[in-house]
Amino acid sequence: MERIPILRMGRFLLVTIQVDMHDQLAMTLQDDLTQRIVRDRARGVLIDISSLDVVDSFIGRMISNIASMSRVLDAQTVVVGMQPAVAITLVELGLELPGVRTALNVEKGMALLQSAVD
Amino acid sequence: MSGTGTASGPRVEDERSLPLRSGEDVVRLRQAVRERAVATGFSLVDQTKIVTAASEIGRNTIQYGGGGEVRIAVIANGTRRGVRLEFRDSGPGIADVEQALKDGFTTGGGLGLGLSGARRLSDEFHIDSAPGRGTQVTLVRWKPF
Repeated sequence: MERIPILRMGRFLLVTIQVDMHDQLAMTLQDDLTQRIVRDRARGVLIDISSLDVVDSFIGRMISNIASMSRVLDAQTVVVGMQPAVAITLVELGLELPGVRTALNVEKGMALLQSAVD
Repeated sequence: MSGTGTASGPRVEDERSLPLRSGEDVVRLRQAVRERAVATGFSLVDQTKIVTAASEIGRNTIQYGGGGEVRIAVIANGTRRGVRLEFRDSGPGIADVEQALKDGFTTGGGLGLGLSGARRLSDEFHIDSAPGRGTQVTLVRWKPF
């Protein structure tokens, strides 16, 4: 079955979404990440969406869900690399990603996670 | 519909249909709409807006309409060019279109932003639906001058 790979870096999990995800693939990622947070005792999740040229309400909801679930499991989530055109479209769509931390790139996102769990 | 359009309607330059049955079809829809938006000379932001609107309505066609099809057209009105998307399903239809267009209204457990958000992302937006008659959603985004 098709899956988005989840990498572990110390206390953090790293996901780079590089394909145009159909809805089932997004749901699988959400489930996989939740299980990996528990199994790896991860304290943070970094999701790199710099390759995504569209984030619609379904993907937006997946991102919000991951942030909420990881919070309940005592982990922080940071979404990094959102393209400007995607950000403009998300706001017009009416999606504000409440409770989701964002950073401009992977480096800044990792720094944010470090400071959040130290 | 005539390929050359009528006196009042836009001229259709290029039109193709895609089936909408599965999540993979929505991915193909996004790619096809992106191609047409690029060919029409849309800016990156305008491409992103119409592709996102297409994704929302395409998902609705599958999730609520039980599947259907979409016609993707590059249209011209005088010197103005745009992309038109016509979604059609033969599902149960929408009893109250006004209510369905409100932010946050959902019968499917989602965020309720699909229809209302897609309307905000379009220059023209039209829903034709009634219980038992299926749903047809037409949206147009024009390339700004």
